Amino acid sequence: MIITFYTAAAVAVIATFLVVTRVNAVHALLYLVVSLMAVAVVFLTLGAPFAAALEVIVYAGAIMVLFVFVVMILSMGPRAVRQEERWLTPRAWIGPSILLLVLVVELLYVLVQGASVGHAGRLVGPEDVGRRLLGPYLLAVELASMLLLAGLVGAYHLAYHLGRRTTTKTAGGTT
Amino acid sequence: MSPQVPMEHGMVLAALLFVIGFAGVIIRRDTIFILLSLEVMLNAAGLAFVVAGSRWAQPDGQVMFIFILAVAAAEVSIGLALVLWLYHWHRTVDIDRANSLRG
Repeated sequence: MIITFYTAAAVAVIATFLVVTRVNAVHALLYLVVSLMAVAVVFLTLGAPFAAALEVIVYAGAIMVLFVFVVMILSMGPRAVRQEERWLTPRAWIGPSILLLVLVVELLYVLVQGASVGHAGRLVGPEDVGRRLLGPYLLAVELASMLLLAGLVGAYHLAYHLGRRTTTKTAGGTT
Repeated sequence: MSPQVPMEHGMVLAALLFVIGFAGVIIRRDTIFILLSLEVMLNAAGLAFVVAGSRWAQPDGQVMFIFILAVAAAEVSIGLALVLWLYHWHRTVDIDRANSLRG
């Protein structure tokens, strides 16, 4: 389990370094997904399976998808559609695939070995986290939901006005 | 008990990821890459919390990680909407173009 931690840590650092050094947005996104998966494996080796699941589901599964959508939107128009074909070449998959292969091997190893325990020797699973969330941290949960509501309203507001602008642009609409 | 990974090594990993993300925020000019690097930094902070929570076998670390996740999600949605607005105004996502206030 110790080797798993260091291998996943190395994959995370390499992938993150490649995220900030890529010129191509799609490449950077792929490497960031790899980095998030690596951090999820690190969570598994630390005895935090709930955090690992959340990392994959929310971070890699929702937030990264938002980025992919925006990159897809912005690649149309002046950034020609030809660039789209240049981005999604099969060669773009080689690097992330190698790193992900390492992670897959590690994940299978962790699954076979059984969950790891953290430094203090106890696995902290979803039930413990849930009890804590709905107990001492209840106020913070409510505040987080308010924050998400604010984000929702803000994003909707921005998108609504952007939509209205782009459809009235030809009519010369002003603010 | 089998030997465990020391907490310091987990913190070193979090620090490395944070610094790499920070370098990305400072150096890149494309707004999408800046947001991406911000996500890297937030993820590194969450990793630090989970490492600390695992050290003491307490769920508080993962609870903080959940809140950081919620903050990152809200920030990303607003940030990407603003990127789309920036693109609408300036036809580019070069953040150096957004260098003047209106009026």
